[in-house]
Amino acid sequence: MMHSDQAVTPQATESNGKHATQRSTANPAVAPPVVLRGLHKSFGAQRVLDGIDLTVGSGETLVVLGRSGTGKSVLLKLIVGLQKPDSGSILIHGQEITSSNVEALNDIRRTMGFLFQNAALYDSLTVEENVAFPLRRNGKMSAAVRRDRVRQLLAGVGMEKDLQKMPSDLSGGMQKRVGLARALALDPGILLLDEPTAGLDPITSREIDELILKLQEERDVASIVVTHDLHSAKVIADRIVLLHQGNAVIEGTYEELDRSGDEFVAEFFKHDS
Amino acid sequence: MNYDAKVSRRWISQDVPQAASPMRSIFASLWSPINGFLEWFGYLGIFTWRVMRSTVRRPFEGRELIRQLDEVGSKSLPLIALAGAAIGAVLALETRYSLIRFGAKSMLPAAIVFSIIHETGPMVTGLVVAGRVGAGIGAELGSMKVTEQIDAIEASGVNPYKLLAFTRILACVLMLPLLTLAADFCGVAAGWIVDTLADPISFQKFLHAGFAGASFNDFLAPTFRTAVFGLIIGTIACFQGMRSEGGTEGVGRSATSSVVLSSLFVIVADVVLVKLILVFFP
Repeated sequence: MMHSDQAVTPQATESNGKHATQRSTANPAVAPPVVLRGLHKSFGAQRVLDGIDLTVGSGETLVVLGRSGTGKSVLLKLIVGLQKPDSGSILIHGQEITSSNVEALNDIRRTMGFLFQNAALYDSLTVEENVAFPLRRNGKMSAAVRRDRVRQLLAGVGMEKDLQKMPSDLSGGMQKRVGLARALALDPGILLLDEPTAGLDPITSREIDELILKLQEERDVASIVVTHDLHSAKVIADRIVLLHQGNAVIEGTYEELDRSGDEFVAEFFKHDS
Repeated sequence: MNYDAKVSRRWISQDVPQAASPMRSIFASLWSPINGFLEWFGYLGIFTWRVMRSTVRRPFEGRELIRQLDEVGSKSLPLIALAGAAIGAVLALETRYSLIRFGAKSMLPAAIVFSIIHETGPMVTGLVVAGRVGAGIGAELGSMKVTEQIDAIEASGVNPYKLLAFTRILACVLMLPLLTLAADFCGVAAGWIVDTLADPISFQKFLHAGFAGASFNDFLAPTFRTAVFGLIIGTIACFQGMRSEGGTEGVGRSATSSVVLSSLFVIVADVVLVKLILVFFP
């Protein structure tokens, strides 16, 4: 099996129209929202990430694909500072987070929204309280303004009628929607989505995809989406990176990867028909 | 050829450790639990440091603290009152016949009051709270850990050591002495009821006889030593819960180990603190 390190250049990715437009509007003087350099992470003898280099530009949606256990979720947790890399650099808006203290790291975290794989809603709080949690903890807004903001966020994901429901009363798709609203509460510049369509039926998955596309249109957010859902990747990605054995083996648009002729990519994509 | 060479080396190399293997296995079986115990203490120390460091910065989590005071205090009160009353009643029943045999029946109120205030009340409160609250905290935080809710809190830029651990530990520290007072009161009242059923005596006279010769220190030090029990229960339960892993089975393990370890350390601390109290409040 051939694993070519054929990273498609940023210029090449501009064959994707949406991506090209977003790239052209980015200010080159401003540091990219996410820059990863030589990221290594092991758990005991198991090497999960082996020198990953990635850059995500403002307004760009990067989809990370790969088989289970290739470190996709670990990558997101490293970016948000929930885990520490063994070595390497993580720059968020130009600021190194691997050496930051807790306070500085928390300030950086407030610029990011994280949708967990199973939504991770606080099960002792209602839907409204879940979305209000980051606002109440980090914002200085009045209760009335906060309530309006929560309703606006929940309306954005079609959950405005379920304010007082508990997470246990929601379906998987509804939990993901509420999780997405909570991730957007602080108006983040970076959005990290860990398998947003995992465990959902195809119709709900497409609804989540549409929500992500709507967010891309409405906000200038740099998004990193970890998924196994190739249809979702095709719809939402500006750029796709495929992880294998701790390395980013190939990078490009969906069409570029599909045309690449790489055996591993072909193996990965062959069920997408 | 090479394969044969490898085989022969393997046999040779296995001969050497085989001679030392009984010693090694004995050493390993002795060292493994000691190493695990020391490692546990190391992680507990790191956890405690993180909690302490988080307490000096705003916000001070008043709303969550009040919720935890209610959870630890008000909701434990019925069980504590019942346990205290049961101990008081049993003490009165058991002690009465012994004292009558030695012609010291008039000492019964003092025996009940001193026994409850000095040891039985604080100890019963510590163990009941270790069971009820320790299991609750261990299971709740364990469940939050395995469902990534603690990660979600941290990812929101909120310190989970302050929001989840510090508030629960402080609630245990503040509530244990108050719950001990409740257990003491119920124990003394139940002791009086049992005593007065056999030999009628007013509650006022019972208390007067019970507290005759008692000083403030007899009451203060044993009651406030339960604040240390609260510190132990809160810290161990939060620690065990927040390091939970392995799904629902892990949550169960966290809840069980919270109860077992906090009860164990409460008993050890009781022995140490009684000795210290005897030194400082003779």
